[in-house]
Amino acid sequence: MPDSLFASLFDPLPWLIVLPLAWASLAFLLGPGRGGRLAITSLALQLLLALSLSEQLLNEGARIYPVGGWGAPLGIDLAADGLSALMLLLTQVVGLSLAIYARAYFAAEASAAATWFWPLTGFLLAAMNALLLAADLFNLYVTLELLGLAAVGLVAAGGGAAQAAAALRYLLVSLMASGAYLLGVALIYATYGSVSFATLTPLIAAQAPQAVWLAAGLMLLALMAKTALFPFHFWLPPAHGGAPAPVSALLSALVVKASFYLVLRLWLGGFAPLGAAIAWLPGLLGAAAIVWGSYQAIRAQRLKMLVAYSTVAQMGYLFLIFPLLAADGLAFQAGAMQAVSHGLAKAAMFAAAGVLIHATGQDSVRGLGGVADRVPLTLFAFALAGVTLMGLPPSGGFLAKWLLIDAALHQGQWGWVILVIGGGLLAAVYVLRVLRQAFLPAADASRFHPVPRLMEWVAFGLAAASVLLGLRGIELIALLGVGGTA
Amino acid sequence: MTPGLIYAVTGLLLFVIGAAGVVLLAHALRKILAFNLMGSGAFLVLVGLAQRTGGVDPVPHAMVLTGIVVAVAATALALALVRRLHVLQVELHAKDASVAETEDA
Repeated sequence: MPDSLFASLFDPLPWLIVLPLAWASLAFLLGPGRGGRLAITSLALQLLLALSLSEQLLNEGARIYPVGGWGAPLGIDLAADGLSALMLLLTQVVGLSLAIYARAYFAAEASAAATWFWPLTGFLLAAMNALLLAADLFNLYVTLELLGLAAVGLVAAGGGAAQAAAALRYLLVSLMASGAYLLGVALIYATYGSVSFATLTPLIAAQAPQAVWLAAGLMLLALMAKTALFPFHFWLPPAHGGAPAPVSALLSALVVKASFYLVLRLWLGGFAPLGAAIAWLPGLLGAAAIVWGSYQAIRAQRLKMLVAYSTVAQMGYLFLIFPLLAADGLAFQAGAMQAVSHGLAKAAMFAAAGVLIHATGQDSVRGLGGVADRVPLTLFAFALAGVTLMGLPPSGGFLAKWLLIDAALHQGQWGWVILVIGGGLLAAVYVLRVLRQAFLPAADASRFHPVPRLMEWVAFGLAAASVLLGLRGIELIALLGVGGTA
Repeated sequence: MTPGLIYAVTGLLLFVIGAAGVVLLAHALRKILAFNLMGSGAFLVLVGLAQRTGGVDPVPHAMVLTGIVVAVAATALALALVRRLHVLQVELHAKDASVAETEDA
């Protein structure tokens, strides 16, 4: 049938994985200059694919794509619903913006990382897209490993001993977590003889022996470690704070979201009957993450460490939703909105931090005096991203926190409301700390380096998107509703 | 106790020993070896438990093969990182030592 052949040739689902794999391999051969141009072109194409997929989903509902025509259980299925489409859109938007940023960044700042940045980023994005489209537990294991290996490579590509040490620590945490996840998969397979989401969900709901509880515990713990949830956050600040700015932005905006997406998917899917009993645990750890991450961000001496600890705090909000998940879907929407708005805001913040560090030639918060005169656009971008992190209207962060508070009030759980508002105040403290320094007079006006305008505009664009996201909340929540996870 | 279950319990033990090793051992090379032990434990559980049904089930075999490929790649990356870290640290020490010497002179 030529008609269906044509349709399957241009199906966005497989191309979202094949395209980044292809340009990653080509960028490896072409070198950073041409590789970067190729990456940007392909990422623009990927964004179009993700948009067309979202439109398909809105019109036709959730989709399943059997790779090569071999369906499960023999072959591999790809699945897409509203949640995966939303995360795919975030991935392509952040990926494209940061690719444009990175080209200007590496042109301005000679670094050994430039050679490896493009192929590793390509593999990272391919793994990310594959993870978001995976339909079974084992595929998720493979994509999770690929994502981890590419991320570790990007951290190490920075060059110095500190980066290599941070990368090694990150790798060991990541490998240990994947090992625990794999053991969970083994126990699940042994119990039910399947690893596909669709098959497992009714089976677990019907009967869950103790081995499944053990498996669920192992997998959840593994994914929490990968998401850097308190107290497993120790690997994140050195890894994210030490890498070059575009790498930090990619890792903080996207990679930690991948494992959160997985926790959410497992929790809402197969493990729903088990989750209710231990929902307080991720909630409490999330609360601790907000307090501890914010405290460390307020104390941080280095700008990028401040932003990295802010990631630890913001990941905490994502886990607050678990005790509040209910049939009304408010908490689910809050989690997805927080993931997307934090992704955009944190990419913007690390991009802005990269500009500030390049302009002042150092990365301490103290040395930021005078940047308000020199790079006002970037400072504005930093502040706008801060608005999203604090959760002020009309930002996406505001919408996420509003939904979360709404969910908490509906269930009469007042404690979470205080925490959400208090966390916003703590975020204001560390964001305003940077802004205050920036408006102080420069100690030595001659030390400023010129910054490519493009870098400034990308940081600004991402920050503006994170703030304006709140205005398009209805559309995003409509997309999120596709496939009935909400 | 069926042979499949013996394999699985052994695998679980290996996994726990390996996990303890990754956390407790100080030397990076030992940590990497411990991770491999952990992985082998998980593979043994996968193959052992899947054999309980009687006939041979090819799906866990395919999974273990994929898992081994992933573990080999991860080990290679970890070893490369350890080596790079070692070289960088030796350079750093050498630089410190030469600075100290010139200061003495």
